Amino acid sequence: MKKAKTKTNAKAQASAKAQANTKAHAKKKTKAARSPKITLRLNGKKAAVAAPPMKRLLDTLREDLGLTGTKEGCGEGECGACTVLVDGAAVNSCLVASCQVAGCDVQTVEGMARGNAKVAARLHRLQRAFLEHGAAQCGICTPGMLMAALALPKRATLDEIRAGLAGNLCRCTGYMKIYDAVAQFLDGERR
Amino acid sequence: MSKKKRREDGAARLRTVGHNVARAEGVEKVTGTARYIDDLVFDDMLYGATVRSTIPAGRIVAVERDPAFDWSGFTWVDHHDIAAPGRNVVAMIAEDQPFLAVDRVRHQAEPIALLAHADRARLAEGLAHVRVRYEAEPATLDFETASIVLKEIGIRRGDVDAVFARPGVRVIEGTYRTGAQEQLYIECNGVIAQPGAAEPDDGGITVHGSMQCPYYVVRALCTVTGLPREKVRVVQTTTGGGFGGKEEYPSVLAGHAVLLARKSGRAVKMVYERHEDLVATTKRHPSIVHHRTALAADGSILAIDVDLRLDGGAYVTLSPVVLSRAAIHATGPYRAEAVRIRGRVMMTNTPPNGAFRGFGAPQSQFAAEAHMDRIAGELGLDPIALRKQNLFRTGDITATGQTLKDSVAAHEVLERALERHARMVRPHNKKKRAHNNGDGHDGDGHDGDRRLRGTGVAMFFHGSGFTGGGEVKLASRAGLALTADGVRLLVSSTEIGQGTRTMHAQIVAETLGIPYDRVETADPDTARVPDSGPTVASRTCMVVGRILQRAAEKLRAELGDYDDEKSFRKRARWLLAERGTVEVIEEYQKPGDIVWSDETYEGDAYGAYAWGCNVADVEIDPVTYQARCTQFTAAIDIGKAIHPILAEGQIEGGTLQGIGWALYEDVVMREGKMQNASLTNYIIPTTLDTPPINVEIVENPFAGGPFGAKGVGECPIDGPAAAIVNAIRAATGKRLDAIPATPERIMKALADETSR
Repeated sequence: MKKAKTKTNAKAQASAKAQANTKAHAKKKTKAARSPKITLRLNGKKAAVAAPPMKRLLDTLREDLGLTGTKEGCGEGECGACTVLVDGAAVNSCLVASCQVAGCDVQTVEGMARGNAKVAARLHRLQRAFLEHGAAQCGICTPGMLMAALALPKRATLDEIRAGLAGNLCRCTGYMKIYDAVAQFLDGERR
Repeated sequence: MSKKKRREDGAARLRTVGHNVARAEGVEKVTGTARYIDDLVFDDMLYGATVRSTIPAGRIVAVERDPAFDWSGFTWVDHHDIAAPGRNVVAMIAEDQPFLAVDRVRHQAEPIALLAHADRARLAEGLAHVRVRYEAEPATLDFETASIVLKEIGIRRGDVDAVFARPGVRVIEGTYRTGAQEQLYIECNGVIAQPGAAEPDDGGITVHGSMQCPYYVVRALCTVTGLPREKVRVVQTTTGGGFGGKEEYPSVLAGHAVLLARKSGRAVKMVYERHEDLVATTKRHPSIVHHRTALAADGSILAIDVDLRLDGGAYVTLSPVVLSRAAIHATGPYRAEAVRIRGRVMMTNTPPNGAFRGFGAPQSQFAAEAHMDRIAGELGLDPIALRKQNLFRTGDITATGQTLKDSVAAHEVLERALERHARMVRPHNKKKRAHNNGDGHDGDGHDGDRRLRGTGVAMFFHGSGFTGGGEVKLASRAGLALTADGVRLLVSSTEIGQGTRTMHAQIVAETLGIPYDRVETADPDTARVPDSGPTVASRTCMVVGRILQRAAEKLRAELGDYDDEKSFRKRARWLLAERGTVEVIEEYQKPGDIVWSDETYEGDAYGAYAWGCNVADVEIDPVTYQARCTQFTAAIDIGKAIHPILAEGQIEGGTLQGIGWALYEDVVMREGKMQNASLTNYIIPTTLDTPPINVEIVENPFAGGPFGAKGVGECPIDGPAAAIVNAIRAATGKRLDAIPATPERIMKALADETSR
């Protein structure tokens, strides 16, 4: 089975994702009559998606827009793995109905690195700080943690960092390395 | 330069090991491009769901599918679909657990049948139209009164009764309890099963999934399908945390997905939602430990007598080995003339408990260290002086009769932890003090400051690798394949966040004398990589890393002499042109002087031990009785930190899980079912619950580990719970013999006139 054979490498995983997109598109067509188009700015670009208005933003991002960087950890707004920025504010995308982001500016982890390249030089400074300090271990909370950190005030103290990240659970790191990374990033911002 | 000379230089100046190189899979993780199981969608894929029992014990009378419901498009599987040569048993230690219940259920949430459908909403509707009728039977829900013993072991050294009978001996007793704990990886358990191993119609099966132990899953799938090994292929996908929770459970889930995939002929995805993951999968074993200690008047421990019970749940799963590790560590890191440890796993009608970081040792060492403070209190001794007097030193003998010869750092970690902790809270360190508020006096003082404050200490040790003869039985294999400009690691040890890929690559790069970025890692696909054993038991660095180091040494010898990277590449290309492929696979070799008997439970239980000391500051609100940890120090001897930042990350993360277990994490069971199965009310520490965690890495090299390294993953979780209850005792003068230390428990302890 050629497909199965190649499924594990990165290329095949990308193709699995592409399939997800085509499938999602196919599904979208059948539901298009009932699902009005939601237009928004997504990672700095204009986007439109036909999704049921009450569909969770998390699912619309992952299934209809192919942005699987946003993760589900609990589905009830406790863990923050699904955090995205809506008009600059960190929200749990599992608690947001898709229709609520119509006309909004939505930012996900996919919008951070320049040029969508997998090279360290193209990374956002916060992403580089996460790498340097070991702030990502298993990585499942990382996209949400990055989004929450981006929403912190530029002059945040350690206590403000702690308060600002309190809605994002990490089970691996004990948070210390995350503080180090975020503090380094904010120090750079202040300069 | 001769090889020998170069090696000596290498030992003095390491170029990769001990340095914080870039995490191997780091970029994918910070860009959101890493693909976890739920990010994958295969062609023509179905979604699977599980029909589960809703009573703790009983006979299944009927499993009914609503005849009025439209079942088209559904695939249904129950125990009838497991046909010879397949067998309906989850292949682990005992063969008592079925993949799908046959005529009885033995715990809540036990799998009875499986459904699959292409549409998830339709699947949920189908699930709601299945009804199971039972004849309920009496259930055993409390392991303290349970009578069925799933496993019993005994450890004996010296004549305990004779020591207790000696005149003038002081005897101190205590009973300690710990609750269940959920691993709470942020990515729930999940797999996708697909017909076909190499080709879609070859009759085999492939499973992709979130897991720690791909070869455990292979074994389970061979059993349930009856397929030969070469027709079963398991591929680990990027895994969002494990902590033991993905050691044995993925075997069950993969079996389910495979049953659905084989019946439907299509790929089937099963990813649990949080609630299902919490009610159905394994937890840390609850424990009750009774200590009886014989002491001389000066506080020397003469004899230790321990009775230890764990709640196994309804099936054996991995409980015997959890019990074994719990029992071996039950004395804590203290010497005694005579030791007797009786350990039992009790059967209850609750979901099976299983692997969780520490594997029994956190429970038994919680008891040992809470008991040390009781001893200090009753004898009127300083808790630290009492510990110093009794801690293991080189040459001392453990409960199993193991003479500690190498890398014994109990005293060193104690000194280092106390010294570091004092620095963190020293009065003239004003900035720290104001922020951390941890010196026992008013930090900000704005609330009238009636909070009770105290500091507690805990000592612990943790054996690296499988217990006893386990590593010999595993006979793990791992190796290297030469590439045009470096090597590829062939190893099935999984990256689950702890940094396996990075750390293994460092060991190999250093040994070969090539840059770290010339080492890549093959995907953990059982069709491609050898069985390097499960990714558990703090063994991946010390044991598997050592196998890889030996493979690298062998490859280096095969390549002949080379001085730099350029000549390495030249030699590599020449050898590849000559032979086509160059692979070196090595197998575990038992260090020569290790002896163990499974029959008598005597001998060298572990090749090496990591050593730890925790110091915790706690404050308690006198109105709400909420305890909070305000400052925490962990000094851990791990032999050698291959990657200091990753090693610190392991210590900080394990420590916080221990703090969570001590203070917040409370699995509430009613009628054998977890009642708080959501993140809303099963509380793990957030940033605001987390104290500053100060880490001291101590490096006392172990000759049998790569570059002196021992295990690091589990040791850090063995101490925090005891350090915290000891701090609560220091703050309140009252002992807390059970965790989690919830406000209710603390209130009760403060009201107890007899406690001290």
